Parts: sequence; C-alpha cells; structure tokens
Amino acid sequence: MQLRILRALLRKEVRLMMRNPLIPKIILVMPLMVMLVIPLVANLDVKQVNVCVVDNDHTQLSHRIIADIEAAQCLKIAMVCDTYTEAMKSIEEGKADVLLTIPPDYVRNLTAGNAQVSIEANGVNATKGMLGSRYVAQSVIGTLSQWQIENGLLQPQPDMSVIYRFNPTLNFRNYMIPALMVLLLIIICGFLPALNLVSEKETGTIEAMNVTPVSRLTFVLSKLIPFWIVGLMVVTVGMLVGWLVYGLIPSGSIMAIYLATILFSLVMSGLGVTVANSSSTMLQSVFVMFAFIIIFQLMNGLFTPIRSMPEWAQCITYVIPPRYYIEIMRSVYLKGTPLAELWQQYTILFGFAVTLSVIAALTYKKQA
Amino acid sequence: MKTPDNVISVRNLTKQFGSFTAVDHISFDVRHGEIFGFLGANGAGKTTAMRMLCGLSIPTSGDGQVAGCDILTQAEDIKRRIGYMSQKFSLYGLLTVEENLRLFSTIYGMSDRQIREASARLFTDLSMENMRRTLVKDIPVGWKQKLAFAIATIHSPEVVFLDEPTGGVDPVTRRKFWELIYKAASGGMTIFVTTHYLDEAEYCNRISIMVDGRISALDTPDALKKKYHATTMDEVFRIVAKEATREE
Repeated sequence: MQLRILRALLRKEVRLMMRNPLIPKIILVMPLMVMLVIPLVANLDVKQVNVCVVDNDHTQLSHRIIADIEAAQCLKIAMVCDTYTEAMKSIEEGKADVLLTIPPDYVRNLTAGNAQVSIEANGVNATKGMLGSRYVAQSVIGTLSQWQIENGLLQPQPDMSVIYRFNPTLNFRNYMIPALMVLLLIIICGFLPALNLVSEKETGTIEAMNVTPVSRLTFVLSKLIPFWIVGLMVVTVGMLVGWLVYGLIPSGSIMAIYLATILFSLVMSGLGVTVANSSSTMLQSVFVMFAFIIIFQLMNGLFTPIRSMPEWAQCITYVIPPRYYIEIMRSVYLKGTPLAELWQQYTILFGFAVTLSVIAALTYKKQA
Repeated sequence: MKTPDNVISVRNLTKQFGSFTAVDHISFDVRHGEIFGFLGANGAGKTTAMRMLCGLSIPTSGDGQVAGCDILTQAEDIKRRIGYMSQKFSLYGLLTVEENLRLFSTIYGMSDRQIREASARLFTDLSMENMRRTLVKDIPVGWKQKLAFAIATIHSPEVVFLDEPTGGVDPVTRRKFWELIYKAASGGMTIFVTTHYLDEAEYCNRISIMVDGRISALDTPDALKKKYHATTMDEVFRIVAKEATREE
C-alpha cells in the first residue's frame, strides 16, 4: 500500500525534476564544468621557480652551479646580478621567487672546508617558497658533490631515488579529481532536496500532501531517493571526464564507488530535507545549508590534510560525513583499496545516512 | 450533542498562536449531507478553524469529531475520509491534469480500476477530455478550480472542505462551480465551505458567521435574515461583522 504510494510519489518527483527548466542542466552541466575547469585551475603543483643568483665569485664552479640550476626541471634562472640590492628588487617586483647568493672567494674557502652559499625564498606563497628553496638547495648540493668527487675530495656515494606510490608522477590532479566529485555531491545533493521541499512549501502543494493520508516516512523517502540517482549521475559524469580528459581510471571497483555515493547522497539529502523542514522560505534554507556546506568543504580533508589539523579540529572531523566519503573515494580511486578494507568508513557513512533520514522523517510535520 | 447525523461536531475548539487567540472556543455541529457556509471577515479565524478540522493544525484546546474520528488523536484517519481544497491553488503545475489525478487518487488508496473509472467520469462531467495531457499550469483559472474540486472529491470523501473556492473568478464560472457543489451534495457528500461572496451564502443550507475568532451567528439564511430584520445576507453580515474589533 505505502509502497504503491511511494512509487507514485517517486514518479511525480522524477517528472517534476525533468520538467524543471533548471535542474536537469544543473545536474549535467555543473559536474562537467567543475571537472573540466577546476583540476586545471586549482593546482598546488610547483612547476616553475624563478631563481635570481648573486654571483660574487665568478669562478668556473659558480658558473657551473648556475648552469645546473638552469638545467633543473622546475627551476629557471630569472637573472644573474652583481649586487644583493638588485636581487632583492627582483624579488619585490615578483620576477624571482628564490635568491641564491654565492659569496666572494667561495671556491677557495670551499677547498679549505668552510664555505656557505645563502638561499632566501619569498615566503608570500608559502608552498612555492618552501619547495623552491629546497629544489635550489638540492641542485647546489648535487653540483658540489659532483665537483668534490671530480677533485678527489669525496668518495662517490650511492645514489638515492624516490618512487612515489599510487600517484607516480605526483600529479596533484589525480588527488583532486576524486575529491571534486565529493565537492559536487555536497553541493548538488545538499542544496537541491532542501530547495525542492521548500518550494513545495512556497507554492502550497505541500499542504495538498499534508491533508492526504500519506505517511511521513513515505513522503520523506520520495524526497530522498531521487537524489541517489542524481548522485550516481554526477559521479558517473565525473568519472567519464576523469577518464576521457585526464586519463584517470579508478584503480578499485566502480561498484565500491557507487555504493559509497548512494550512502553519501542519502546523508546529504537527509540533511537538506531536515534543514528544509524547519525553514519556511528558500532563502532561509539556503543560508542554513550554506553554513553546513562551508564547514563540510573546509574540514573534510579536501583542501588541507586532516592529519595536519590541530588535535581538537581532528576530533571534529569525525562528525563531518564527507570526511569518510573522501577517504573512500581517494583510496578506491588511487590505491584500488578493496571494499572489505574500508568497512569502517562504509559503516559510519551508513550510520549517518540512516540517522539523518530518520531525523528528516521525524522533523517533517504534517500538523502544525 | 453528538448524534450519528452529525458529520462534524466541535466543542470549545481553540487555537492560540502565542498570545493571539485565532479561534476562541467555538462549538458547532454540521449535519450529514448539508452545505455548511462558514463566513467571516478576513482574519476572523475561518481558515485556522478549517485547518484544525482537517488535521493540518493541532488545536490548543477543545475537542471534536470529524467523520467519526477524533480531531486530537485520529488526525490521519480523518484525512482518509475528507477532501480539502485550499485557498491557494495547490496542484502540481508541472504535472498534467491526468498525472495530478493519478497521483492523488493513488495516495487515497484507490485501485487502478477505480482510478480509471473515476477519471473517465470526471473528464466527461467537467468536459475536460481535451485537457487530459495539458500541464496544469497552462489551464485557465476557472478550470483549475474545477479540477481542484474534482481532485479533492475524487475518493468520494464524507466531507469536503472548501476554503474560498471561488476567489478571483467571474460570476458565470462561480455559478458553474456551485452547480458542482450542489451535485456533490445531492450525492450525499457534506460540504463545508468558506466564502466572502454573500450571494453564495444564500446557496448554503446553514451558515455561521465568525467574528474575532468566535461564532456570532449560526442558522439557516432565512432564519438569520428574520433575526436581524434584514432582507439580504449582505445586510446580515454587515450587522454581525460590525462588532468586530480585530484588525485584519
């Protein structure tokens, strides 16, 4: 009986969604835009560090240091100048990110055993400054040890090489793509159900429903279930773009991704409906959802790793549902982790989904 | 007080919003099969009272029965036995006439066969056959109201509540709408209707006039006219509503 009603209500929801002038576009265009543009734009890779060298030594070695920096992959010599003031000016003007000073009589002191170069970096862009100064230091150390070996001052050392597992090229994009799908689901599956329910309040159709014998749970389920499908569509579009445009294929099972997506869209739409239940206008519901969504976006480990947050903040992230979804997405996408090893994350997401759906059904009142 | 003949029976029904008493201890009975007019100025409390009877609003105090069910404890059972047409048109504009019909009749638990028969009857009665597949938002206002009434009564409820059903339509359409109401009433359905049109009040079997949350007068139109020495319902309403102190 209620099942038949639920089917009729779902049919209504799907029809209304399809006939809405905006929603089908949001569901298709938004993931496309985000997946096509954001991975290219929101990029933390440090690709080119401009180096300014103050060469006070003018020896063969100092020239070699400069040539090696120029040859290094991510470094570029922006200019070589004679005075420190001139070099500082190039940093101030933004022409250089890192400043390398080679002192006078460097080679002579080096042979004597106490010589120093100084490396300074522009700390305004912290990531670039930090990585840039390390790249320069590495390059200088490389040149020096080569030079020392050639001059018999040092025995050749075994070479070290680092292999980055699961993201061999250390491509930031690979890290971003699964996370962006989470971002999309948070927005689409959080806002749309809230707006949908409040719009029924505003047009008055909810009253026509409230005066019928439809049960609260059935009605709320008819508001939640369509967003499983929406969530799956968004993730599918995301995976297709990831594959066709960026060549990133999930290393784990797609079913594991879909399962997590269904659970997570239920979490978000449950929250959306709960918020809508206590709002009487769209504006109200949008503001409240915004508060949740901002916290969800900033504290879920998407932009900043959870492990580098202060202890108390890490505790808070345990109640931020997208945290678990991101963990699942990144593990399955990049490492191919099997579902069985992520049972904890799935269980917690399931718990959130059930709790929020129940709260959504309980806070929905047919009688005022 | 409570006889099997009364479809609605209310005692001391009260609704307060904070310190404001919207409906103040009203008591009345509505008999089976009658057209009961519920009159009153804007803000007199008509809609609030009606919403309590329909199980949309919880009374602050008082009690009553609608279609044999208690309004305090059996609100969901009441909803199975009544129909309600709100002041604001509330069908789904982006669904077609037929889809709206199917949706609501399914919710009322009608079988596919019942739905088919009911909608066939309805389309011929209202001569809306050519609008079956039209989106509800695209049909004219007069038709919308007829359709809303038809959907509110699709499951043959014992009572149908109509909240200003003819607001904003021309006299001819109003007249036709009342023909629908009469037809339903002649089939044994009880009609509970609020209105601002005093000519419509004359069509009712009995009417009540609400002033400031209370029922100030309740009788047949003729008896009321006699009581207030008036010739039209319009005069009666003016005399009774003059006592009002509440602003809209």
